[in-house]
Amino acid sequence: MVQNEQQIQVEGLWKIFGDNAALVFEPEYINKTRSEIQDELGAVIGLRDVSFGVKPGETFVVMGLSGSGKSTLARCLIRLIDATRGAIRFDGEDILGCSEKELTEFRRKQIAMVFQHYGLLPHRCVLDNVAYGLEIQGIGEGERYGAAREAIETVGLDGWEDYFPHEMSGGMQQRVGIARALAVDPDVLIMDEPFSGLDPLIRRKMQDELKALQDQLHKTIVFITHDLNEAIKLGDRIAIMRDGEIVQEGPPEEIVTRPADEYVADFVQDVSSVAELRAGATEPSAVGGGGGG
Amino acid sequence: MAATDIEGAPRSADHALSGSGLLQRMQSRLPLLAGLAAMLVVLVVSLLVWGPGMGFPTTLSESETPAGERTVTLESTIRGETGDAIDRAVDWLTTEGDWLFDGISDAIAYALVNIEDALKWVPWPVIVVGLALLAFAVGRWTLMGFTALALLYLGFMDLWENAIDTIALITVAVAISLAIGLPLGVLGARSSIADNVMRPILDAMQTMPSFVYLLPGILFFGLGKPAGIFATVIYAVPPVIRLTNLGIRQVDPEVVEAALAFGSSPWQVLRKVQIPMALPTIMAGINQTTLMALAMVTIASMVAAGGLGDNVLRALQKNQSGNGLIAGLAIVFLAIIIDRLTQSIGSGEKGRMSAG
Repeated sequence: MVQNEQQIQVEGLWKIFGDNAALVFEPEYINKTRSEIQDELGAVIGLRDVSFGVKPGETFVVMGLSGSGKSTLARCLIRLIDATRGAIRFDGEDILGCSEKELTEFRRKQIAMVFQHYGLLPHRCVLDNVAYGLEIQGIGEGERYGAAREAIETVGLDGWEDYFPHEMSGGMQQRVGIARALAVDPDVLIMDEPFSGLDPLIRRKMQDELKALQDQLHKTIVFITHDLNEAIKLGDRIAIMRDGEIVQEGPPEEIVTRPADEYVADFVQDVSSVAELRAGATEPSAVGGGGGG
Repeated sequence: MAATDIEGAPRSADHALSGSGLLQRMQSRLPLLAGLAAMLVVLVVSLLVWGPGMGFPTTLSESETPAGERTVTLESTIRGETGDAIDRAVDWLTTEGDWLFDGISDAIAYALVNIEDALKWVPWPVIVVGLALLAFAVGRWTLMGFTALALLYLGFMDLWENAIDTIALITVAVAISLAIGLPLGVLGARSSIADNVMRPILDAMQTMPSFVYLLPGILFFGLGKPAGIFATVIYAVPPVIRLTNLGIRQVDPEVVEAALAFGSSPWQVLRKVQIPMALPTIMAGINQTTLMALAMVTIASMVAAGGLGDNVLRALQKNQSGNGLIAGLAIVFLAIIIDRLTQSIGSGEKGRMSAG
C-alpha cells in the first residue's frame, strides 16, 4: 500500500563508473569515501545508495553542485544510464528489470525528459520537433500535429510552428523542449537543469510559467538544478546531493530552517541573506533589485 | 572532477618528497631501463658472433639443378614463397569466384553502356545549357560561365564522347562506392571495434600504389571497364566511409539522448536524427569520393577502361605534350564542375544546419 502512494520509488540506487564497479561493494571498500575509492580502484561513484519517493503530482527537486551526481540520477530514472545496483519503481513496477521492448514503451508513454541544452532536432521545424515523440510511436500526421499544436499553445508558442530552433532564443527553444515533452502526455517529467542556460530574467519568467503550468497539469516532476533559489521556488520537496549521496531531503522550509550539515548550511546562507534583503525592502524595489542582480 | 584534481595534486607532491615516492618513480621507469639493457646485450653479442654488416636470413633453401651444360642454383626465399602463396590464392579466387566476378562484370558493363548511350543520345547543346543553368541555380554567374565554357572546350577539342565515357565511369564507381561506403561508415560510427578494424584497412587502401591492385583487378574482371571501376572504387571509397563515420560521431550527444528518451528505436535514431544531422559532413565525403574517382581515370585507362584518361595515356605514349595537356585540362575542368556543383548542394544543407 505504501508503494502505491508513490509514483516514483527509488531504493538503494548505486551507479559506479569504471571497470572495478563490483569491487566497490566489498566490505573493504564499501565505507570508503568517493575520492578514496577513485584513487584505489579507479572507479568513480556517480550515485551512492540513493533512495527517495515522489508522490503523484509532486515536484521533487534534486539540487547539487556539478559532479554531485544529479544529472546521473536523472539519466538513471529514464535508463539513459543503467544503474549498477538498486531499484527504480514507477507505479510499483521496477524499470531496471524490464526488457528492451518494455523500456521503449515506458519511455514513449509514461515519461518524458527536458534537457539542459534543449536537445532539439536542428533540421526540423518547431511543429515537427514537438510531434517527434508521437511520430516515432507511429501515430498519424493529423493526430500528432493536433497534439503538438495543443502543446505548443500550452507553452505559449502559437505562431512559431514553422520556425526552426536556430531562429529562436534560448528561452523559446526550451519552451519547445517542454512542449515536446508535454505532447506525449506523460505521467512523469524529468527536467535536467532546464533553465540553467538562460539569463536570469528569462529564467525567472520560465520558473513562474512552469509553476503556473504545474498548477494546471499536476504532472509528477523530477527537477534537477544547481540553484537553491530555483529549488525552493519550484519544489514541493528538495533533495540535496553531494558526491553522489543525498545529504538532506525534505520540504523547502525544513531545508532552510534546519540544514542537516555544514554543506547544506553553506547553501542556505545565501538564500537566507537574499530572504533578509527581500524582507527588509518594500515589494516594488525588491523586484527591481532582483532584476538588476 | 575538478575538485578531485585539486585534492589529488598536493598528495602526489607529498609522495615525491618522501623516500617511497622516489622508489615508485624508479619503478615506473623500469621497463624502459630493461629495454635499453636488452638492446645493449643484443648489440654486443651480435657484433661478437657475426661481425658488422650483418644481413637478414632471407633464403629458405637452395637446390642445384642441371640446365644443359651448367647447373643452376635455385633459391627459395621467404618473399618468393609468400608471393607465390598469394598468387595461388588469387588464382584460386579467380577460378572459383568466376561466376561472381563475371556477374559483377556484366552488371557494371550493362550500367555503363546504358549511361553512355543515354548521355550520347542527348544533343550536346541541351547538356551544355542544362548544366550551365544548374550551375546558375546553385552558384553564381561565374560558375555558370565557367561551366558553359568548359563544356564547349570539351566539345571543340573533340573530347566530348570520351568525357561522357569518363562521366559514366565515375557515376558507376561513385554509386558502388556509396553503396559500400555509407553502410560501413554507419557501422564504424556505431561500433568502435568495427572502427578499429576498418581504420588500418582504409589507410592501406589510400596509400597502396594503385598498380598493385590493378593486376588482381584484371585477373578477376579481365581487361576493360569493370577492372577500372574495381581499382577506382578501392581508391575512392575511404573518404565517404571516414566522413560518414565522423559526421555521425559528431552529432550532439544530447540530441541523441533526447531521441532515445522519447523511446526511439536504434533505427529511428539513425534515420531521423543521426543521418540528417550528419548530412553536411556525409555530403563532403561524397564530394571527396567523387573527386578521387576522377583522379583515377588516367590509371584506369591503363586497363583499357577508356574515357579521357585514354587521351592522356595515348598522348604520353606518342610523346605529344600538347595533346596530353589538352586532355589533362579536360579532366581538370570536369573535376571543377563536379566539385562546385556537388559542393553547393552540400553547403545548402550545411547553411540551414549550422546557422544560429
